[in-house]
Amino acid sequence: MNDALSTVLLAVFAGAIRVSTPFLFVSLGECLTEKSGRINLGLEGILVFGAMTGYAISYHSGSPWIGVLAAGVAGSLFGAFHGWVCKLPRVNDVAIGIAMMLFGTGLAFFFGKPYIQPTAPRLPALELGFWSDVPQVREALKINPLFFAGLAVAIVLWWAFRNTRWGLIVRMTGDSSATARAMGYSVDWVRFLATTVGGFLAGVGGAFLSLYYPGSWTEGLSSGQGLMAVALVIFARWNPLACFAAAVLFGGAGAIGPALQSVGISQGYHFFNAAPYILTLLIMILSISPKRSLRGAPAELSLMK
Amino acid sequence: MSDKDRPAVGVETVGMTKIFGSLTALEDASIKVRPGTLHALLGENGAGKSTLVKCMMGFYQPTRGKLLVDGQEVVVRNPRDAMAYKLGMVYQHFTLVPSLTAAENLIVSRPDCPSVIDWKSEIGALEAFLNRMPFKVPLRTPVSSLSAGEKQKLEILKQLYLDRRFLILDEPTSVLTPGEADEMLGLLRGMVEAGEITILMISHKFREVTAYADEVTVLRRGRQVGSGLVKDLTRDDMARMMIGDTKIRERAARTSVEKSATVLDLTALYASDDDGLPAIEAIDLKVKAGEIVGIAGVSGNGQSELVEVLSGQRDLDDGRILIHGHPFEPSRGAMAKLKVFSLQEEPLRNSAVPRMSVAENMALRSFDQPPISRSGWWLKPGPMKAIARELIARYRVKTPSPETPIENLSGGNVQRAVLARELSGDVDVLIVANPCFGLDFASVAEIRSQIMDQRNRGAAVLLVSEDLDEILELADRVAVMSEGRISYVAPIGETDRQTIGHAMAGHH
Repeated sequence: MNDALSTVLLAVFAGAIRVSTPFLFVSLGECLTEKSGRINLGLEGILVFGAMTGYAISYHSGSPWIGVLAAGVAGSLFGAFHGWVCKLPRVNDVAIGIAMMLFGTGLAFFFGKPYIQPTAPRLPALELGFWSDVPQVREALKINPLFFAGLAVAIVLWWAFRNTRWGLIVRMTGDSSATARAMGYSVDWVRFLATTVGGFLAGVGGAFLSLYYPGSWTEGLSSGQGLMAVALVIFARWNPLACFAAAVLFGGAGAIGPALQSVGISQGYHFFNAAPYILTLLIMILSISPKRSLRGAPAELSLMK
Repeated sequence: MSDKDRPAVGVETVGMTKIFGSLTALEDASIKVRPGTLHALLGENGAGKSTLVKCMMGFYQPTRGKLLVDGQEVVVRNPRDAMAYKLGMVYQHFTLVPSLTAAENLIVSRPDCPSVIDWKSEIGALEAFLNRMPFKVPLRTPVSSLSAGEKQKLEILKQLYLDRRFLILDEPTSVLTPGEADEMLGLLRGMVEAGEITILMISHKFREVTAYADEVTVLRRGRQVGSGLVKDLTRDDMARMMIGDTKIRERAARTSVEKSATVLDLTALYASDDDGLPAIEAIDLKVKAGEIVGIAGVSGNGQSELVEVLSGQRDLDDGRILIHGHPFEPSRGAMAKLKVFSLQEEPLRNSAVPRMSVAENMALRSFDQPPISRSGWWLKPGPMKAIARELIARYRVKTPSPETPIENLSGGNVQRAVLARELSGDVDVLIVANPCFGLDFASVAEIRSQIMDQRNRGAAVLLVSEDLDEILELADRVAVMSEGRISYVAPIGETDRQTIGHAMAGHH
């Protein structure tokens, strides 16, 4: 029994890291975009397109890292397109985001058909469990390098929001575009760049899906991670470090089902698999009250108006 | 011209004219603000004050006219050019970023803001700067949790931090208590006298103009109608220049009301603001029939939350509202039954549907009752328009037709239209919030006498206002709100401006 418990805990730990990585990248991208005062719901589409691009380029080039880079570039092109369209007068960023989500997914399916069969080189894992003799521990400590990259991005974003000129400009644009304009900054340009960089991060998150876990390109690859990341950013109150914690929490919730199955508990498997969605719903209900506005929300966000 | 010890900058306009399409917003304004003086710019709303200063700051390009800085003719194409000539402006609405701290706001406003900020040395430099300044602001607090007075000070500090030497202040004391206003203007006056800065202050408070300004220029309908040294002019002179020969309705006289019963009875009201923090606490207040109770206070001390609670726009956390002894839940039915009406601040935002017509907006209280509606659901546009036409005539609302969307009307006329709707029936309780904010003299007189009429007719009136003069003119009793509580109540005859101002500042 004790054995089973430690197996489950190890599996949840490993799963949390594995499942959280795409959440982490998408939510950091969304966090940056929303801090600048714009919301990009198209990240789900970018995620799927990034997964397809990453897989295809890894297959053709033979290097998964070039695939990750290509996925990021593809994501930033989508982000830039969103940013550019939203610069036009009377354009609603939420509507454009939904259109981008459908467009990105559809385009990925269209170009991705030939890549469902072949096998592309996958990202290597870092063997951090070399010190242990227990195979379960060694297995659980096989950690993907993108997880650490995401953690680094979270820390850098958190630091940059308070300690760099760019960070202050992004926060200013998101909170009071009138002030930003009065200081002579172009609000559209700042948001364009933030959306582009946000798209890059979401694209990298997509590459993780196809190149590490689950590790192949299929059309059902993303199960709404891109959209759940939006909820996650609200839960994290637009703080990159909290985004990291929230992503790990969501990842852990997503890992419960498979972990229980690994010790033979398959009762309620589908229920446990739905844990992240239930968690999203609960978090949205608990953290939002009709009586008060969200603290920490960028005031320019169209969601908040 | 400016030497090192007296770096203040002087600005002069010659024949400044600005035409927007068919509207001449400013015509031939020549004002001379000497370096090291405090110059007041007086005028009603729409008199062209902001057009003039926006031409100076490069937001607008004047159609004609010249701008001289320290005697040299200059062309200011945009606010950045104005910055180069050390001109700066403090707006009436704050241009601070709420989520950033005071220090972050100052740093990011700098044109040479470093790409990576070394907070240790920057904070040191900011503290050294603040030590040279007459007023202090906490540096590490987010601006959203500063008081309105601190924000106003920070706005001015920002201009000084950016080394602006000619400051345009747009109604700088509108959010301050009388005490804070005197303190700030006194300190600024000191800097002006030391020759450090020049100030052009837009104001409509004669008291401040006579106490602190050296010279004054008055605008009316886009024209410069007078200027001179403040010491040569009386308040009446200035008021006459501002208003011109416009006919102003005689103020309704206060009739004496004999001892009457309590109508509106608030007991221990508690409510929270949008952040879930307590906004009003333990509000106890009684308003009798035929009485105006004025609630004074600096904005943001819970007054708007109190009005929202009474008009059903915010939930009550605890407490009881009684009207004529009946418990009152602010629902549509209860409001109609107990005859509770309200005139909200900024009615276009708070109690009118901007794109609906004047007639529809006027019918919002009565569209579900005959004669406008048949059996409660079938609307008849004929009677609706007829009633609107009658109200438009009776309340002198200037509108092209009853079908015009209400957002096309001027501020004063929106206020009159909403007032017409609220006062058209039989009124027992009237809740009024800042009814005259931003209106011209004629509308102000009209609306204040309508409120007084309701009082004389026996309505219980709760008047929330940030304008102390309005309260002193209208109220029978004054209550002061400070930090969500009622800190002071007194009959109008037994109190004065100083005492009320003291209570507004939280000393009691």
